[in-house]
Amino acid sequence: MAQKGDLLLQMKGVQKRFGGAIALRGTDLSIRAGEIHALLGENGAGKSTMLKILAGVHVNDGGTISLGDKPFTTGSPQASIEQGIAVIYQEPSLFLDLTLAENVFIGRQPMKGVAIDWAQAQNEAARLFAELGVPLDPKRQARGLSIADQQVVEIAKALSMNANIILMDEPTAALSASEVERLMTVMKSLKAANKAVIFVSHRLDEVFAISDYITVMRDGATVSENPVGGTDLQKVIKEMVGRELTELFPKTENKIGDVALEIKDLTNPAYFRNISFTVRHGEIVALAGLVGSGRSEVARAIFGIDKYTTGSVKVNGKDLAKGSPVAAMAEKIALVPEDRRQQGLFMIAGVDRNISMESFDRIKGKIFLNFKKERALTETWREKLSIKYAAPSNPVESLSGGNQQKTVLAKWLATDPDILIVDEPTRGIDVGTKAEVHKLINAAAGEGKAVLMISSELPEVLGMADRIIVMREGHQVAELSRKEATQEKVIAAATTGSKGA
Amino acid sequence: MKLKLRFSWDTSILIILAVVWVAASLTTDNFLSSINVSQIFSNTSEITIMAFGVIFLIILGEIDLSVASILALGSSMLGWSYAHGAPIWLAILICIAVGTLCGFINGWLVTKVGLGSLAVTIGTLALYRGIANGILGTNTINEFPEFWTGFGFDTIGTSFIPQSLPIIILFGIGFGLLLHNTPFGRRTLAIGQSPEAARFAGVNVIKHKIIVFTFTGFMSGVAGVIYTFRFSTAQADNGIGLELLVISACLLGGVSIFGGIGTMWGVIAGVLLAGSVESWLTLREINAQWRTIVTGILLLISVAAPVLINKAKAAKVRAGNKS
Ligand SMILES: Nc1ncnc2c1ncn2[C@@H]1O[C@H](COP(=O)(O)OP(=O)(O)OP(=O)(O)O)[C@@H](O)[C@H]1O
Ligand SMILES: [Mg+2]
Repeated sequence: MAQKGDLLLQMKGVQKRFGGAIALRGTDLSIRAGEIHALLGENGAGKSTMLKILAGVHVNDGGTISLGDKPFTTGSPQASIEQGIAVIYQEPSLFLDLTLAENVFIGRQPMKGVAIDWAQAQNEAARLFAELGVPLDPKRQARGLSIADQQVVEIAKALSMNANIILMDEPTAALSASEVERLMTVMKSLKAANKAVIFVSHRLDEVFAISDYITVMRDGATVSENPVGGTDLQKVIKEMVGRELTELFPKTENKIGDVALEIKDLTNPAYFRNISFTVRHGEIVALAGLVGSGRSEVARAIFGIDKYTTGSVKVNGKDLAKGSPVAAMAEKIALVPEDRRQQGLFMIAGVDRNISMESFDRIKGKIFLNFKKERALTETWREKLSIKYAAPSNPVESLSGGNQQKTVLAKWLATDPDILIVDEPTRGIDVGTKAEVHKLINAAAGEGKAVLMISSELPEVLGMADRIIVMREGHQVAELSRKEATQEKVIAAATTGSKGA
Repeated sequence: MKLKLRFSWDTSILIILAVVWVAASLTTDNFLSSINVSQIFSNTSEITIMAFGVIFLIILGEIDLSVASILALGSSMLGWSYAHGAPIWLAILICIAVGTLCGFINGWLVTKVGLGSLAVTIGTLALYRGIANGILGTNTINEFPEFWTGFGFDTIGTSFIPQSLPIIILFGIGFGLLLHNTPFGRRTLAIGQSPEAARFAGVNVIKHKIIVFTFTGFMSGVAGVIYTFRFSTAQADNGIGLELLVISACLLGGVSIFGGIGTMWGVIAGVLLAGSVESWLTLREINAQWRTIVTGILLLISVAAPVLINKAKAAKVRAGNKS
């Protein structure tokens, strides 16, 4: 059993190339037992690559990795698990029809003679959940569990396999504030049990709230490693992006015009009921609420991905056809969807082809596509959003997570929409570019576009929105103006439905 | 400078094609003779024409097994209407129109009724040929105007270029441009890569699929015309089994059976490869059963090779590209 402070993992001068692209050019990382270690860096700095090497997904080209006094055996995810390393991915992959206990012990069920000892599996799972401070019912099905709780199940599974180093790649990116709290509780329990946690996040407030050590990476190399007391937010940001960042939410006062989007009594009984609001030209309206409160479903219904049963959507006073993204796009509505891998991108297609997908009119002659114009369009957005890729024709699946997100934003901003709906627009985007994205969204509003923003990041909501509509369990529970909105009021409305103090 | 061999299936098929040509011309007397090359082109006319439609379907993630039955139904209608006094130009139009309608019906059943294209087109494979049987029974019609029966068989002037080749080239260029240089082609690839993301990108997936099924039917109708005149025969069992050759040509040409990937020139190389191997075996007087076996093996290779190559690539990435 490791003692607190024992060196569990040491990576020295680790290198990794993908074809011609260098992802890691000599990275160092030291991890001790009983420590929460944050790994920070710009999009494409190489954080996920580091974790994937430890997880056995990639093999490093150079450098040394040791676990305690033994060398680390690379090569397969199975080998990593056997060496006590477990990964918690952002999107957990539980078997939804199985119980939580079955999920925890899948493939390694405790046996009683020739039969599976379910009672013991359940007891054991319950004990693990309790240890993590989240007493889930081991007999319930995984279906319907929030992403945060699914992560807890994955962590319990890792513990049951005697993991002592737990890797989490942006575990909080898809969580709302209260769920983040819960995950932090779990991380603290892991720490108390002398496990080591390495986690990646672009939400720096969280990082400072929970971690013991912070390692900053830049362009595939380690810039600094400090105990959390030995550094501060400004310093970390400067090390990440190479310059000081002045303002995160550069809110501009825009001229508010006529109503652009009018939603009335919109209902889809499975997800939301009687949603009514308007968004004016030049206005940014935020939909706040917990993950799963029905915000994304409202956005999907407006854009025509899903149908709704009653209610209406009007664009500039005219009814918009139900259930037709084609009609929505004809009215110059854009939707940046929440799930970039499934909904936003064609993963095996090039960056250029992804960016031009909704803007063929811009790159087309009479009939044929003009590849030069396509390259130029791609280049424009690469600059605007500092998207990092080796060649424009490289498939987006080879881009880092944050750069994939930028590509989704780019393709929809490139359509020059009148009504811009963004669902978690900055998920996984680093602090430097986040400010750029906020500037772009503000500028869009400044040009008279109507913006509807869904975000689980409260500072983003409070910093950007002119008005905030709060949803809870499919109902619209509060509407707050920019002046009256505070963090407490939004949280109160989102969790209890009350308008707060 | 490092020399990098980019090993992808589309490029390797060109190498395989070259190898087959060299081997065939070394082991036979007249493989590369103008008559034989002309034969290869004219023998693959219908396959090529149908492949121009089927490639779009496979890229979409769909399939059409009924193309050869559509060819036969169109051909039977052509013969029947001509025999019943229709002018030849009208009979030709009927053949193409029937093909187009059959394709539309496939598309409608797949998208609106929501049945899988494999199931639907296995059904229509039997249905369309059944109707052809109903129309002509065991009759064959082979009295067609001389001008037309030369078509697809005769060559242009004194050259060795079959008369059908210019039409095939025109279609090839047209569909190649459609696939690679137009929004329509991009949407086709997009739907195959991710139907969900395509919907979010504002693609009308259902309409798109119906259009592609319909023009695949149209092309099968055109193939029906060429087939009828090339053999001077309209009968119900025309082109039996050709659907497998069409699909194997597409897969040989690097079109992914899972959709989302494919190039027009790859498919053209695939057709030529299939046609060349067939011709080589014929010249070596290998009997028909063996030729079928070879076709089967080629089909298996074409499905397996891209998967194996990808596995090898992934293993290489994992091992860290130490070059
Ligand atoms: N499979 C791959 N093929 C080619 N290049 C890759 C691959 N995976 C990562 N890269 C490249 O390696 C670099 C580092 O990527 P990585 O995913 O580690 O970044 P990251 O620090 O996790 O960024 P983010 O914050 O955006 O998630 C990027 O330039 C990326 O394009
Ligand atoms: Mg990453």
